[in-house]
Amino acid sequence: MAEKEVWITGVGLLSSLGEGLDTHWDALGAKRVNADEKRLAPYVIHPIAPVSFDAQIPKKGDQRQMEMWQRIGTYAAGLALDSAGVKGNQEILSRMDMIIAAGGGERDLNVDLAIMNADAQGKLPPALLNEKLMNELRPTLFLAQLSNLLAGNIAIVHGVCGTSRTFMGEEAASIDAARIAVARIGAGQSDIALVGAAHNGDRGDLLMLYSFGDFALKEQHTSVWARRNNPGFAIGSAGAFLVMESREHAEARGAKPYAKLTKVVADLAKRKQPGAVTQSLQAMWPQLGVNDANAMLITGATGAEPATAEEREFLGQHPGLAVRATGTTFGHTMEAQFPLGLALAALSISRGALYPANDPTGLEVEKTEAPTQIVVLGVGHWQGEGMALVEAVK
Amino acid sequence: MTAPRDKFGRPIVVVTGMGIVTSLGGGKTDNWKRLSAGESGIKTVTRFPLDSMKTTMAGAVDFVTVDPFSSTSLSQRLAEIAAEEALEQSGIGSKGDFPGPLFLAVAPIETEWPQRLEVAREVPTKDFGIIEYLATCSGGKFAHFHRRFTFGSVALSLAETFGTKGSPISLSTACASGATAIQLGVEAIRRGETDATLCIATDGSVNPEAMVRFSLLSALSTQNDPPQAASKPFSKNRDGFVMAEGAGALVLESYDAAIARGARILGVVAGCGELTDSFHRTRSAPDGKPAIGCVRKTLADAGMEPEQIDHINAHGTSTPENDKMEYLATSAVFGEHTKNIPVSSNKSMVGHTISAAGAVEAIFSLLTLEHQRIPPTINYEVPDPAIPFDVVGNKARDAKVTAVMSNSFGFGGQNASLILTREPA
Repeated sequence: MAEKEVWITGVGLLSSLGEGLDTHWDALGAKRVNADEKRLAPYVIHPIAPVSFDAQIPKKGDQRQMEMWQRIGTYAAGLALDSAGVKGNQEILSRMDMIIAAGGGERDLNVDLAIMNADAQGKLPPALLNEKLMNELRPTLFLAQLSNLLAGNIAIVHGVCGTSRTFMGEEAASIDAARIAVARIGAGQSDIALVGAAHNGDRGDLLMLYSFGDFALKEQHTSVWARRNNPGFAIGSAGAFLVMESREHAEARGAKPYAKLTKVVADLAKRKQPGAVTQSLQAMWPQLGVNDANAMLITGATGAEPATAEEREFLGQHPGLAVRATGTTFGHTMEAQFPLGLALAALSISRGALYPANDPTGLEVEKTEAPTQIVVLGVGHWQGEGMALVEAVK
Repeated sequence: MTAPRDKFGRPIVVVTGMGIVTSLGGGKTDNWKRLSAGESGIKTVTRFPLDSMKTTMAGAVDFVTVDPFSSTSLSQRLAEIAAEEALEQSGIGSKGDFPGPLFLAVAPIETEWPQRLEVAREVPTKDFGIIEYLATCSGGKFAHFHRRFTFGSVALSLAETFGTKGSPISLSTACASGATAIQLGVEAIRRGETDATLCIATDGSVNPEAMVRFSLLSALSTQNDPPQAASKPFSKNRDGFVMAEGAGALVLESYDAAIARGARILGVVAGCGELTDSFHRTRSAPDGKPAIGCVRKTLADAGMEPEQIDHINAHGTSTPENDKMEYLATSAVFGEHTKNIPVSSNKSMVGHTISAAGAVEAIFSLLTLEHQRIPPTINYEVPDPAIPFDVVGNKARDAKVTAVMSNSFGFGGQNASLILTREPA
C-alpha cells in the first residue's frame, strides 16, 4: 500500500524573537537575536519574548495552573491550530492526534534552595526534608511539572482530544514525535495530528542538569559555528507546533499546505565511539533522497562538543548545501529543537526563500533560489540523531 | 488454519515473551502465585523516614537494590529484570541483539534529592543562590548526574543492553503509560515497519518527593494501618490509591514472524484504543464520555462486540472518583452485559505501579487467559452500592476467559485500553 503524503498545514511559533510567522520571518531577515548574558550570568540564555497569553489561553485560571513552559507550549499550539484553520472545529479537534515532546516543568527554586542550604549547613535531618516538602510545595505544582501535562493543558484549552502521547528524552523525543506522526498518517492510522514541543530557557533549575555535563554556554553569545574555543549551548525558549495531515484530509477541507513532510528518520548513534555521530548522519542522508545542489538544511546544532564538531564534519562533506543553524538565533530549545527546524523549513518554503545566513565564520552561505527541499537536522547534545525532508508541494 | 491477518487486513500482533516485577516478587511464576492467592505487596515504607507523611505505605520493590539509590536507577533495574525474563521466554534474537525497536514507559526523570544534596554540600559559599550552586555542579565532578538524569537515560541504557534497533522512544501518558507503550508497539507492527517490538513499562518512584506530590493532590490512601488493607478498589470506604513500583516487559511480534520461527504464542493484542479527556487536569468528565469513547474505540479497533469481552481488568485505582467513573463508562458501553462481566483490580494487591501499570496489568490479563482464573480484588469487604460490578472479591475465580479488556485512565486526561485474547480472532 502506497504511503499517504503528509502535509504541514499549520505552524505555530512563539520564541525569544516573538510570536507568529510574520514576526519570525522579519526577525530572521533582520538577523535579530534575543540573547541575555546577564540574567543568569555567566550563563547565556534566550528568554521568551514578552507575550500576552490571554490571546490563546483566555482563562486566567488555566494560566495559573501552568508553569511557563506549559504556557509557551499551549500558546504555540493554539497558533498552529489557528494557522491550520482548525481552531474551535470540534469535529476535527475531537479526533486529532497529538504527540508532544516534553521535558519536565519548573521546580520551586526557592523551596529547593532553602532545603539545600539547610542541608549544607547541617540543619536538615532526613525527617525534615519531608516536612519542608509537605509544607512548602504548592499542591498543584506537580501538575505544572508532569511531562504529559503540556498535552493535558492543550487538550483542556484547545480541545485537542483524539489521542495524546508525550515522548520524553531531550532532542530525540521531538524527532521521534515527528517520525511517529508521519508514519501513522502515512499508513492511514491517523488523519491529522498536532506535533510539537515547548521549552523555557529562563530557568536556573534546568541549568543544573546541563551544568553537570558542562554543556551550558557561558559569558558571551556567539554563532554556534564560532564556539570551538568556548563550546556549549545557550538554553533557548520556544514553543514550536505543527499541524500535520494527510493530503486527502487537507484537500477535503480545503486546507492549504505550507509544505509537505516527506520523510523523518532517527537514529541512536553509539557515541562512545568517536565519529559515531558523523557516521550516523552519513547513514541517514541517503534515506532522504536529496539533491545536494538544490537542497538547503536547517540544523539544530547545539554548539556543544563533540556533537557539533562531528556534525560539522558531516556538513563539510556536502559543501553545496546552504546551512542555517537555529542555535545561533534561538539558542538550544532542547525538545523544541526539531519542531522549530520543521517550522522554519515549512515557513521558508511557503515564503519562497531561505532566510539569510547569520554566521561570521562563513559556514552558512547565502542562497537566493526558492527552496524546494529543506532538510531539517537534529543532533542531540548527548544522544539521538535525526533528519527530516520538508519539500514544496507540487 | 488461522488467518495471518486480522479482519481489517493488518498483521496480527501476538505476545511471545513477558516479564514482570512487582511488590509481590520477581517473575511471572511468583507474581501469579501470590496474585491469584490474593496476597498483598503493600507494606509500610522503610526506604526513607516517614515523618510528616500522611501516607506511610506503598508497594515498594525492596528486594531489588541499586547503589547509589535513585528512583531512576531503580526504574532502570526493574526494566532490565522484566526485559530479561520476557526475552528469555520469547527466545527472539540473541543476547544483546533484539531485532526491533524499544518503546519505554517511564516516569519523568529529574535530579533527585540525594544527588541535589550531595552537590549542595560541596558549595563553598554560605547561603548560596542558584548561580553559586551551578558553579559547583560544573567542572566534571558530577558529570555522571547528567548521564543519569537526562530524560532519555533509561532508554539509552536499555537500548544498549538489549540491542534494540533505531531510536528508542521514552514516553509518558501518566497512569496509562504502560498501555501506550504497548499501543505504539502494536501500531509499528501493523504498519509493517518491524516484525517485533520490545515494550517495557517501569516505575521505581517511591521516594519522598513523589509521595509528597501525590499526597498534596489528595490522591493517596491514608489508611496506613494495616498497609495491606489500604488499596480497596470498588469498596465504599476506599480513599485513594497506593503508590507502587514494578515493571512489565512484553515482546510483541507479528503472528507471521512468530509462527515462522516456531515461537510459542502467549496471547494476542487484539485491539488498542485511546481517547483524551479535556475536562480537568486530574478529574475525569462527569459524564464519562471520554472513557466511554476510549472503550468503544478499543472494541472497534479489535473488531469486537461488547458481548465478546468476558473479563475486565479494571484500572481500579481505589480512588473515590476513578472507580465510580469506571463503572459509569463501562456500564454505558456494555449495558446489560455489564453484570455478566467479572471485573477485578490487580491494584488491590500490587498497588498502583503508575507508569508501569498498563503493562503490568496487561501481563496479568494474559496470565488470566492462560490459567483461566481471574485474580481477586482483595479488601472487598464493603462493596460500594454505586458500583454494582460483578467484582471478583477477595478470592480468585475460575472462569472461561477468552477476551480481556485492560483499562488505564490517568492524570492529564489520558485514557487507554487494550483487548487481549488467547487466540487470533
